[in-house]
Amino acid sequence: MLVPAFAIILLFQLVGEVISRALSLPLPGPVLGMVFMVIALSMFPKLGDMVTPIAQGILRYLALMFVPVGVGIVANIPTLEAHWLAISASVVVSTLFAIVVGALTFVFVARLTGSKADD
Amino acid sequence: MTDAFKIWSYLSSQPLLWLCATLFAYWIGDALFVKSGRNPLVNAVLIAIVLLSLMLWATGTSYEKYFDGAQFVHFMLGPVTVCLAIPLQANLMAIRRALLPIAAALIAGSCAAVGSALGIAWLLGADHTLLATLSPKSATAPVAIGISQGLGGEPTLTAVMVIITGIVGAICVTPLLNLIGVRDWRARGFSVGVAAHGFGTARAFQVNETAGVFASIGMGLNAVLTAFLAPLFLRLFQ
Repeated sequence: MLVPAFAIILLFQLVGEVISRALSLPLPGPVLGMVFMVIALSMFPKLGDMVTPIAQGILRYLALMFVPVGVGIVANIPTLEAHWLAISASVVVSTLFAIVVGALTFVFVARLTGSKADD
Repeated sequence: MTDAFKIWSYLSSQPLLWLCATLFAYWIGDALFVKSGRNPLVNAVLIAIVLLSLMLWATGTSYEKYFDGAQFVHFMLGPVTVCLAIPLQANLMAIRRALLPIAAALIAGSCAAVGSALGIAWLLGADHTLLATLSPKSATAPVAIGISQGLGGEPTLTAVMVIITGIVGAICVTPLLNLIGVRDWRARGFSVGVAAHGFGTARAFQVNETAGVFASIGMGLNAVLTAFLAPLFLRLFQ
């Protein structure tokens, strides 16, 4: 089932890519492919049986796939040296700020709407 | 016996060597991560990047040459993004039950991530390319790289920003949310999924199952929202 499942996954990416470019959307093709896949999985549960085992296998190696781009840091050392303060302050502070804002908003709106956790 | 130089010139003209090196470097990184008891500080991707960078430096190989081999791994970023649909779809029911808190926390968290990242970098004198590079850094790597490319950023630098964001989020989320007293596991997971994508999600699953599920929802939704928000916020800081 490896080839059919992989072919379907690639087809969704292809369709996403074509539509994203044809309509010049801000969403990258693969993200659009993901959105279509969510819709298709909801409409055709059989598709899930077919794609899920392969997809989960690929997802386990999600991290591996950004190694090649990450190594590109060797080509960007001058930029990092020139802007290290802006980059590190921006990355660290914005990440912590986003966690706090996201968590507090969730709790506040959950209380407001009476949405309770299951556990 | 063929001399070593001839073998080397063959290898450096083929994708085989650097494809092989990429897989082994990641394998070593992952083994160290597991050995450390899955400590978020011991990051497999970061270790692989350091090892490969050292190898490139030691052999005098250019990044372009390296990428000829590594592009086969790089290509998988597209399909893996499509695959993120599977956990997202599996959790559609959980999303429906907490629709309003999710929508509010998604918008607030995503705006906070993109807005504060750009604001701080802009105040510290970053130029347009650097701002475009930073803007999608809370989204999951394949998506962030695509967004950065589209906005005129530096995708390789974005990948590094994404990884550092993930590590910072994964390390800080537990002490930070304990400090401000957030106890709802859904809120804790969701916020770290939005702010720190896959790394935050992996961390959330280690701490609590519900937190993990909500983190993967946050990561998936933020991938879509960041694609819209990054260009909007970027326009503010021009």
